[in-house]
Amino acid sequence: MPSRLVDVLFWIAVVFLVGVYVSWRATRLDRLHVRVETARAALDAALVRRAAVVLELAASRLLDPATSLVLATAAHEARTADAESREFAESDLSRALRAVSEQPDFRATVVERGDGPALLDELDAAVQKVTFARRFYNDAVAATLIARRKLLIRMLPLAGNAPAPGFFEIDDAPPQL
Amino acid sequence: MKIGIVCPYTWDVPGGVQQHIRDLAEALLALGHAVSVITPADDDSPLPAYVVPAGRAVPVPYNGSVARLAFGFLSAARVRRWIRDNDFDVLHVHEPAAPSLGLLACWAAEGPIVGTFHASYTRSRMVSATAPILQSALEKITGRIAVSEAARTTLVEHLGGDAVLIPNGVTTERYAMAEPLPGWAGRGDGAEPRDGAGAIGFLGRMDEPRKGLQVLLRAFEILAPQRPGLRLLVAGPGDADDVFDKVSPALRDRVVVLGMISEADKVRAYHSVDVFVAPNLGGESFGIVLAEAMSAGAPLLASDIEAFRRVLLDGRAGVLFPVGDAAALAEATAELLDDPARRKHLSAEARTAVRAYDWSTVARDVLRVYETVVVPGAGVVESGA
Repeated sequence: MPSRLVDVLFWIAVVFLVGVYVSWRATRLDRLHVRVETARAALDAALVRRAAVVLELAASRLLDPATSLVLATAAHEARTADAESREFAESDLSRALRAVSEQPDFRATVVERGDGPALLDELDAAVQKVTFARRFYNDAVAATLIARRKLLIRMLPLAGNAPAPGFFEIDDAPPQL
Repeated sequence: MKIGIVCPYTWDVPGGVQQHIRDLAEALLALGHAVSVITPADDDSPLPAYVVPAGRAVPVPYNGSVARLAFGFLSAARVRRWIRDNDFDVLHVHEPAAPSLGLLACWAAEGPIVGTFHASYTRSRMVSATAPILQSALEKITGRIAVSEAARTTLVEHLGGDAVLIPNGVTTERYAMAEPLPGWAGRGDGAEPRDGAGAIGFLGRMDEPRKGLQVLLRAFEILAPQRPGLRLLVAGPGDADDVFDKVSPALRDRVVVLGMISEADKVRAYHSVDVFVAPNLGGESFGIVLAEAMSAGAPLLASDIEAFRRVLLDGRAGVLFPVGDAAALAEATAELLDDPARRKHLSAEARTAVRAYDWSTVARDVLRVYETVVVPGAGVVESGA
């Protein structure tokens, strides 16, 4: 019967289109997960870099020993913190940097000495990149969480085994360099 | 670094976004990076060496005005080929939410993509209806930049997501040197105080009360009778007669209203006066006029509003006076006119402070965004889907 054939063709077309749509949604979600992972790697790299520059500054003899100790301790804590206390340790490093940089004539004193200006520039770049990387990571997390909340994604296991990403919340207000 | 920049609007039509991209591209080239810009333009229009035309733009009504945009299969194919042929480390798309090359580039590329959002609108005409179309392209942007707080708010409210703030730059060297306008002595920095003489400058919309010209005119009424040689230079859009109406008849020949002036004359105006006044009552987010005057090294008097206080480093690079207080402005102006050493000092401080807003600084910050999103060994590739 031709009408039966039309019916069959119609349903095949419907199934095909639904399949295309679901696969498109799955691709989008997959791309978002990749974006989150890439952004997370960039954030980790930026945090490691910041701690390394702070340790370099602490070891540079540009500062007095007490200031050096404050910075070295905060950077070490940030580096060795476990997943649970990571955000607190990184916030503490930001606060230590601010406290140090707010000493009267901090910049003027450091700039006068040998490789002071180069080190301050490196620190400025490292601090700003933490801000950038964190903003980009949280932005990717927000987009992914919204996509995962959609009905279709929840009904079909399109997210696979990927765990839901979490925001990274720290105090990253920059020091006055 | 190999950088591909996408401009959404026709290159040879003047506009803020185009100017921004030109300044950025040239600053990046000066830092030694490889930059290619793709933009709507006729194939035979004269373009800088770093610009690639993507075909003619079509005028279409968009977002309340007529914009010249590039869309369609031809533009899409050209963008795709440009991405395929160049192996960029990072793709920088401007105004990616506009239906033009930026959106096409997001569609055609995979990899590290930075997006800069320029526009701000208080009310969204179309964004909600088009959000699903935009979403899948905008999702590919790995790092977002907004050029102002307003642009960032627009992004957060209408498209979702967040951005880092990197404001527009000022090409400070464009303002650094100029001859005073004919008939003006120019700045007497370092000279002996000239008895009662001197010139005060103002630049901005004359008919916009928030720019505060009326405050300056009241201050001039206080100062002028005691200082017979003192003159006031006013430039900007608006009606000159409205200005003269607010000046007492005896003083009118000492107020010079130039109205709208060319870019070159504007630079000369900054160099024609002894002190420059920014009496704004508020509503400024940055104060481009202030930054230009600082680049020219003009000694500044500015209202104590949040934005100006920040730019002038709490008064170190210019004198701050209480908002709308003509008497305080008159007093501060008199002090400054009588103190050439202080004017010279402020001029130098202003030139130093404005460096934070120079294009080279902005380009450095944008590069830091690139470095944050770039993945070593994996550049921008043509998208399969």
